[in-house]
Amino acid sequence: MSDPVSALNGASFEGLVTIADRGPVGMITLCGDLSTAAMAKAVDTALGLPIPPMGRIQPAKGVSEGQAAWMSPDEILLILPYGQVSTALRSLEKSLKGEHHLAENLSDARALFSVTGSDPLVREVLAKLSPADLHPAAFKPGDFRRSRLAQVAGAIWMPAAGQINVVCFRSVAAYVYDLLCNAADPAAPVDYFR
Amino acid sequence: MSTRLAQGGRFLDRSEQVTFRFNGKYLKGFAGDTLASALLANDRMLMGRSFKYHRPRGVVASGAEEPNALVGLGAGARFEPNQRVTTTELFDGLQAESQNHWPSLEYDIGAVNTYLSRFLPAGFYYKMFLYPRAFWKHVYEPFIRKSAGLGKAPTSADADRYEHFNATTDVLVIGGGVAGLQAALAAGRSGARVLLMEQTAHWGGRAPVDGGTVDGQQVDAWIGTVVSELETMSNVTLRLRCMGAGVYDHGYMLGYERLRDHAPDADGPRHRLWRVRARQIVTATGAIERPISFAGNDIPGVMLAGAVRDYAVNWGVSVGDRVVIATNNDDAYRTAITLKGLGLHVPVILDARATGGGALAEAARALGIRVENGKAIAKVKGGKRVTGVAICAQAGEGAVLEDIACDAVAMSGGWSPVVHLWSHCGGKLLWDADHAMFRPDPSRAPTGVDGQAMVIAAGAANGAMDLAAVLADADQAGRAAALAAGHQMAAGKLPRVEVQQQAAIAPVWMMPQGAPYALRAKSWLDFQNDVKVSDVQLAVQEGFTSVEHAKRYTTLGMATDQGKLSNINGLATLAHALNTDIPSVGTTTFRPPYTPISMGAIAGEARGKIFQPLRRTPLHDWHAANGAYWEPVGYWRRPYCYQRPGESVHDAVAREVTQTRASLGLLDASTLGKLVVKGPDAGRFMDMLYTNMMSNLAVGKCRYGLMCSENGFLMDDGVVARMSEDTWLCHTTTGGADRIHAHLEEWLQTEWWDWKVYVANVTEQYAQFAVVGPNARNLLEKLGGMDLGKDTLPFMQWAEGSLGGVAARVFRISFSGELSFEVAVPASQGHAFWERLMAEGAEFGATPYGTEALHIMRAEKGFIMIGDETDGTVIPQDLGLGWAISKKKDDYIGKRGQQRSHMTDPNRWQLVGLETLDGSTLPDGAYAVADGTNANGQRNTQGRVTSTYHSPTLGRGIAMGLVLDGPARMGQVISFGKTDGTEVKAKIVDQVFFDKDGEKQNV
Repeated sequence: MSDPVSALNGASFEGLVTIADRGPVGMITLCGDLSTAAMAKAVDTALGLPIPPMGRIQPAKGVSEGQAAWMSPDEILLILPYGQVSTALRSLEKSLKGEHHLAENLSDARALFSVTGSDPLVREVLAKLSPADLHPAAFKPGDFRRSRLAQVAGAIWMPAAGQINVVCFRSVAAYVYDLLCNAADPAAPVDYFR
Repeated sequence: MSTRLAQGGRFLDRSEQVTFRFNGKYLKGFAGDTLASALLANDRMLMGRSFKYHRPRGVVASGAEEPNALVGLGAGARFEPNQRVTTTELFDGLQAESQNHWPSLEYDIGAVNTYLSRFLPAGFYYKMFLYPRAFWKHVYEPFIRKSAGLGKAPTSADADRYEHFNATTDVLVIGGGVAGLQAALAAGRSGARVLLMEQTAHWGGRAPVDGGTVDGQQVDAWIGTVVSELETMSNVTLRLRCMGAGVYDHGYMLGYERLRDHAPDADGPRHRLWRVRARQIVTATGAIERPISFAGNDIPGVMLAGAVRDYAVNWGVSVGDRVVIATNNDDAYRTAITLKGLGLHVPVILDARATGGGALAEAARALGIRVENGKAIAKVKGGKRVTGVAICAQAGEGAVLEDIACDAVAMSGGWSPVVHLWSHCGGKLLWDADHAMFRPDPSRAPTGVDGQAMVIAAGAANGAMDLAAVLADADQAGRAAALAAGHQMAAGKLPRVEVQQQAAIAPVWMMPQGAPYALRAKSWLDFQNDVKVSDVQLAVQEGFTSVEHAKRYTTLGMATDQGKLSNINGLATLAHALNTDIPSVGTTTFRPPYTPISMGAIAGEARGKIFQPLRRTPLHDWHAANGAYWEPVGYWRRPYCYQRPGESVHDAVAREVTQTRASLGLLDASTLGKLVVKGPDAGRFMDMLYTNMMSNLAVGKCRYGLMCSENGFLMDDGVVARMSEDTWLCHTTTGGADRIHAHLEEWLQTEWWDWKVYVANVTEQYAQFAVVGPNARNLLEKLGGMDLGKDTLPFMQWAEGSLGGVAARVFRISFSGELSFEVAVPASQGHAFWERLMAEGAEFGATPYGTEALHIMRAEKGFIMIGDETDGTVIPQDLGLGWAISKKKDDYIGKRGQQRSHMTDPNRWQLVGLETLDGSTLPDGAYAVADGTNANGQRNTQGRVTSTYHSPTLGRGIAMGLVLDGPARMGQVISFGKTDGTEVKAKIVDQVFFDKDGEKQNV
């Protein structure tokens, strides 16, 4: 088996902010009734993760590197190291046996970028592409948004001040990367967020 | 003479001289000039020609409302037509060309139209070009095209960059005059997030020109104080050169920021389009002065009184040594007082009001200015420049009492609140008869998602016409907006302003009030589109009494300025002609943008390689490096074929087909849609989605299925695989993946919301390759890891395992009629896996093939293709696919539609194969002709070609088509019309041209 290769294979760009392809990352889409104890237990057992509240992404409680993001009232996105996906899926299937749910590995269907730099500029670069409210009062570390990046769907979240992670479909990874680089043109600061 | 004054000009930096070119001549101005002020300072009063009559025209206003002075700005890749000189900031090296004249601005042949004006009345276009009919194509249309439009279209691609910016705010204040500043301050003090936009490069609007004191200081000093305070507030953002362009539903608005228009050589985007979502919008957009309709009011040198004052105070420009003032209100007296103070001569103020003005009039008189009450302009004298005015009584019919020589006329017909942004999203207006203006009706504001008002008008835009009222109104608006956006009112006191008593305006719409036709036919309402008082009156006479009809018939207000100066005067003229009042005439619709915005700003970043998303499979770069001749499919690019050096597209396609049928072909099928449908109700959901049964498909097996729309039309097809007891995998067409996913979700979310089904689009998780041809199994067995033997994995089954060390799903399905497997592997290993296939397949001559070879091979086998055999009007029954429609099921999406009489009509054209008698390839889309003609005199038809190819396998043209009674007419010969007028004969045959018994795939 050859090593997995992400769509942009580690590309990066320095402008107003730094944009970098994060390489292969594990992602599981999990649909089901998020309010049930069975679901909470399954996600906890598989990855030590809580069910995130609306609009939030939450890291694992223990040493696990996983995160869980709220996608819709009946869907969450589990983010985890690429190599742990099949184990986690098996665990979920086992825990949720008999429960109506869907768990699919979508790691390869996605691309993940990080946008890092000064906090206002990181927000600004994304605000050129996404209609989500990225004001510090409205988009804080731990917030997660399913949104749009210019002409394609995308999701963004803020792991910490000065960093926004961007997820899009793999087929448009180059488009989104080019959008981000274009938006990060050093001659085009907006000076809006403070 | 217009000239630069020795002193003054609050925007000027006289230490920095700027050189620019107008119509090829080098001229000088100062930093801080607009192109308008710099041209006037150089005595360039004549700036353009009007649209219809090519009348000489000069600048009439000083801001965004300017109708006349439009130029082509820049050159080459930076050329832009129809730019207003009044909003163009001067910079070193600026190039401008005046428009709409030939051979030159000074001598324009088109000006002959002005002598023909009797023959070019309102509605001329509608009357003139009707007859004779034959003239339309060769005479009228070329003529109209040649004379249409003011500026020239740019000929090269735009050199600049543009971008969008999304902002969300509590309170958006549009307009940075004193009202906007005060509103922003009041809202900002509450802690609300405030965004303040001003279209010009300066804060404070026209208040510093008009003067006054606020809190004991001169108003411009007060403006500086307020701006400083706002700048220190972290919750307030200030943007200059940013126009509020439009207000839309639910607090969405567009701002148009001009970042580099004044410094085009600086790096960075030229314009930025702000896409703002605001909880509350305050429109502090000020007011626009109205012209007065009198004969010759379009002659260069006749200007708005406020503009004359602006040029003097802001840019140190005198528009003439002797300026006659004509007014119906007190404000114009300020111009007289200002000019007098600068040492210029005001021969007379003609005040149409019999009772004259108030305190300002007294002040003017005190300065020794002659004031004539109840007097008017009978006509302005001059051609390319004002030389004088003839005075008459306003009450009369224009008998000249006196001639007065002058260089310019400053007119004021009162001020109209800028209600555009208030009105864009449904804000209603009321007619304020006391002040002769339409102003926002606060009880009928634009409403947001909650049904509550989302726009508040403030200051002059709300009809407050003196400084004290403006500030009080704006303060209230700012507080109300913050409160409505969910913030607490904050303390803060209202600025103190001394109130100045003014006499009431008189609603004077024409000078003199009884002007005869000769004068009315020279009294302009719409300067840019050449609409006169007489034109509006003619429109009424001819029955165009609705304001919207009169507007379109006369073109009043339909030019690039959208009638900013002409609207109210036009309505008043219309009301007068209809013998009614202005409110019963109503207004026309105010539509965004407020002034034209660049196409580049609208497009934003979407140009060049990010013009639109290009979807790439994991093999995209491999395809590109291996001679791919691309075909767009949705947002994807797929190889149509792979060209070898020196090979034609046709030859490449033939090679790919031949090699695949002979030995081994490989196809990148990653773009095919893959939807997982899972849940306890997934089976019954599948049975509703597809026309055939899917719930009884055994785990491990595949079945071809058809999906129809509610109306019964075939919309997608593909192979379905049963993955487990409660899970199905649906393959869709490449272009259908997202659409069909949405289709499934829509049914699940709206109709069958209680069914336990989840759907996931896993299209991009997998790279999927078709391995096709007699050596297909040999290649996969070489990779090893799975038993793909004839009996272990029979046709229409699938298996999961590991191929060459890569996790794989193998579907034994065929769209080519060959022994064929589709292998799905994780996308991140797709490229590596494909390289393995190519390397291991080398001994079999493994040949990558593109979409055209795919199409030809499926056509040779008579398989349909969504988009070829279907076009949204075709049902499965038309295509001989009745076998794929379950008779057992009670229902499926489209079943009822297919039972409608027209769908069961035996005369519906049916799918058949077509073979030309001469072996040629039928033209795509060609119609089969029948005897006789239809009611329109067109040839009758009896069928059409849906797919047509040259088959390299058979060495001849093959086609499929829908033909009347087709399946019953096997062997008959019918004729297809070609675009060159000839016909080609084809025999109706079975649509399966190759390997009818399927021997090749069953090995």
